Amino acid sequence: MLQLSLTEQIVSVLSAVVLFSSFALLAQVRLVAAVHAFAWQGALVAAVTALMATVGSEPHLYFSAVLTLGLKALLIPWMLHRLIRRLALDRHVETIPYPALVILFGAGLVLFSYWVVLPIERLGFAATRNVIALTLAVVLLGLLMMVVRRQVVSQVIGFMSMENGLFLAAVAATKGMPMVVELGVAFDVLVAAVLFGVFFLQIRESIDSLDVDRLNRLTEAETE
Amino acid sequence: MDSVLSPAAWLLAGIQALLFTLAAPLLSGWVKKVKSRLQNRRGPPLLQPYQNLWKLFGKEALVAHTASPVFRAAPYIVFSSTWLAASVIPLIATKLPTAAVADVIVLVGFLALGRFFLALAGMDVGTAFGGMGSSRETLIAALAEPAMLMAIFTLTMTAHTTNLSSVVDHTLESSYSLRPSFLFALGAMLLVAVAETGRIPVDNPATHLELTMVHEAMILEYSGRHLALMEWAAQLKLMIYGVLIANVFFPWGIATELNLGSLAIGLAAITSKLAVLGIALAVSETVLAKMRLFRVPEYLNLALLLALLGIFSHVILEVGA
Amino acid sequence: MEALIVTLSTPAVGALLLALVSNVTAAGWLNLMLSGLSLGGSVALALGVLSAGPLTRHGFHIDAFNVYLVVLTTLVGFTTSIFSRPYMLHVCAQRKISQRHMRLYHSMYQVFMLTLLLALTIDNLGGLWVAVEGATLATVLLVSLYRTPEAVEAAWKYFILCGVGIAQALFGTVLIYFAAQHALPDPSQGLTWTVLHTHCESLHPTVMAIAFVFLLVGYGTKVGLVPLHNWLPDAHSEGPTPMSAVLSGLLLNVALYAVVRLKMLTDGALAGSDDPHMAGHLMMGFGLVSFLVASLFLHRQRDIKRMFSYSSIEHMGLMTFAFGIGGPLATFGALLHMLVHSLTKSAIFITVGHAAHIAGTQTIDRIRGLIRTQPSVGWGLLIGGVAIAGFPPFGIFTSEFLVLVATMQRWPWLSVALLVGLGVAFAGLFRHLHPMVYGAKPEGQEPVPANMIPVAVHLGLVLWLGIASPAFLSHWLDQATQLIAGSGLL
Repeated sequence: MLQLSLTEQIVSVLSAVVLFSSFALLAQVRLVAAVHAFAWQGALVAAVTALMATVGSEPHLYFSAVLTLGLKALLIPWMLHRLIRRLALDRHVETIPYPALVILFGAGLVLFSYWVVLPIERLGFAATRNVIALTLAVVLLGLLMMVVRRQVVSQVIGFMSMENGLFLAAVAATKGMPMVVELGVAFDVLVAAVLFGVFFLQIRESIDSLDVDRLNRLTEAETE
Repeated sequence: MDSVLSPAAWLLAGIQALLFTLAAPLLSGWVKKVKSRLQNRRGPPLLQPYQNLWKLFGKEALVAHTASPVFRAAPYIVFSSTWLAASVIPLIATKLPTAAVADVIVLVGFLALGRFFLALAGMDVGTAFGGMGSSRETLIAALAEPAMLMAIFTLTMTAHTTNLSSVVDHTLESSYSLRPSFLFALGAMLLVAVAETGRIPVDNPATHLELTMVHEAMILEYSGRHLALMEWAAQLKLMIYGVLIANVFFPWGIATELNLGSLAIGLAAITSKLAVLGIALAVSETVLAKMRLFRVPEYLNLALLLALLGIFSHVILEVGA
Repeated sequence: MEALIVTLSTPAVGALLLALVSNVTAAGWLNLMLSGLSLGGSVALALGVLSAGPLTRHGFHIDAFNVYLVVLTTLVGFTTSIFSRPYMLHVCAQRKISQRHMRLYHSMYQVFMLTLLLALTIDNLGGLWVAVEGATLATVLLVSLYRTPEAVEAAWKYFILCGVGIAQALFGTVLIYFAAQHALPDPSQGLTWTVLHTHCESLHPTVMAIAFVFLLVGYGTKVGLVPLHNWLPDAHSEGPTPMSAVLSGLLLNVALYAVVRLKMLTDGALAGSDDPHMAGHLMMGFGLVSFLVASLFLHRQRDIKRMFSYSSIEHMGLMTFAFGIGGPLATFGALLHMLVHSLTKSAIFITVGHAAHIAGTQTIDRIRGLIRTQPSVGWGLLIGGVAIAGFPPFGIFTSEFLVLVATMQRWPWLSVALLVGLGVAFAGLFRHLHPMVYGAKPEGQEPVPANMIPVAVHLGLVLWLGIASPAFLSHWLDQATQLIAGSGLL
């Protein structure tokens, strides 16, 4: 049986909740609620990071935690929120075809990521190694969200939640990446968020909708 | 197991089963009372359910002339199967002789048996409401049961046994108390319990609104002592789920030794745990609105997902790979 | 070191400067001069590295492998900026692109060059990731520069697909860092490529194998490997033509460079395990599938830029396949192919830009009789097509021949697939090229002012490389082969 300290237990509980929040994002059809769920996920990731910093006494992780909290839980959700209001999507409700199937598929992805990471877990390098499988699952669930959602804003949320998973992976597996890399990644994420905002407006302008299904002019099909 | 032979332990098991049955109406009364208070009403007295049952037992049981013997037998079968289920659940102490049969699969089986006859009875007379209630009940049950079984399997995988009593003991002895799998299983169990006991937002026990009722529709044709047994069985079911949740997920306080002191602590612990659960139920019933029937599958899918995540997080996070 | 500073800081400073210059003509010239300066820096850097050996300092690592790509990148960046100046002026007048957008274009051109050069020279896998992702971010707004619905759609696809792909690469990078934590004497250096490479046999093979799969999928998306290639034809066809030239000629190379660097680490880590060539086999599989699928898709294209972007996928697939085979011969062939493909493909895109300008459309069916309207463009397209299809005496023939020989040595059966693919691609290209070059000239089609110097320079270089590869270049590529494959060819 696994022996974990109380903080490590909290870490694994919180990471499990992060996974659950990914499912919540996947199933949430109301945009504003999805943004809120995303903000919660960011806050949870920041909390896990802060706890990891306490466990491993890695002071630079505190900085990462604050960075994540600021970026993923506050700034980006705020930007998305503002955009949603600006584009008058407050009451937008998306229809997901076969929601139950999507969720089941998501559960399958969790199993898949466990299977992928299993050989690494067997190595038993760190007490929190088990979290790696969950982080991969969060990444893949974000990917799934981008595949099944047809709405630009939800796709962006899926993208950002992938980033959350990646960040958590770095924290769980290696106590965070070197500071320079982490800053670089955070910068990229921020730029990406700004660009997404620009794109919302461009897409809206060009097709008068934010439904990705209507972005269908470029295909291999031979149409005249 | 020594306790199997000890007459005192057997006596205690009998008392526990009896206590379970007798306390069930009290829990219902408590929930009703708290709910009324939350809605700024005074509400019926705490002991009102007992008076209702007493009154019904004294009345003549009318049976429709189209009814078959199944209709007459159903209340007794439903009540006794529920009561059997109740009697094996550890209420105030774990190491009792009945613990040997306190298997979770047996428990689910007893509950399923009761529900099967309840649904049969609903359809027996041939009225529209009864059939409708039965079909809805089976729809809910078909979705809730897998979720409940999976939530329970999460626990049994942790304890490596399907014996409820041992599960409780295992949780008490383990130092690894904050388990993500338990969190998810608890969530799933709460959702399933609400659905199975016919509370808001799945069903509303307080109304006979024809288009929405589920449980009430099935027992619409019953009267007198039959109705009393059916109602009592429903109250017992609420108590079963309450005790399951309280003792499996929060077992602290339950008596592991059979002496007077720890038994008293056990009794106090379960009373307070059930009181808290009752308040939580009343609050959620006040806050939530009943949902439309076709959204119930979504709700139960959530329970299923939580149960699934419980198993996953047990396998992924807790098994020391 | 000074040369490196010049190479890297020129685009950095240039990006800031160009963001401020609102005069389009001046910006075009400035862009050209900056690219030239960067080219000069990189040539000096290359001479230094070739005479004094690898340079590893301040988080940068330059050896024979990446310095040749640095020179190639700055060279193509320079020649494309020569083409870009008049072309963008013309586009600006025709499509009424605002000065603000032109400022964005020129500034991002330099940012793009900077990220590519950073990705090539940086000695840190995390930094490599950041730079490659930065390259996407820099170009994504350029793809949608024209603001047509198609362009916006292409940019969105590019952004999302590459973003998703590159996220997998970050996961792989995390796993490598994880493996390094337990293998290196100083774990904080766990992302430094040179340190990882010296200790690669002590990295855990299982972790490295899983990491490589993620990294291949991630960077492979950028390389344009099937089935992750969907963004590539769209982004190439809808963006401004100079962008297509640098995307096809440079970005794909840089992504492949990342894959090869990581393959070197993975091979080292897996050397003693059950499946030591796992990385190579994966690359061969992905490469071959991309090669075959893209050569089939060449046939059905209706847009000239789309057609050539499928040709890029095909060639990137071939290179990935060749790097996957490993060994000196295939590696040498792949390195040479990277070089000649970049030169040829950017020349072709520049010509295609002019051709589309002449015909006023990118639709293949409506581009006709180029050789009669404007012989220079017609001949440029024809010679470029001949070169890219792998005809002797052009350099692509040489490199493809080397790869084919290596395949025959190691995997004789796969050479059949390669030959079939080459044949199908050739047929697909010429089926479309022939009427565009020779077909009847439409009424009123007029020549346009075209600057064919970059095209001539590129194609001349490719021809030279095909006829007689200069000794210093062969020696240079051989050094790179030695680094990657363990032993040189010559």
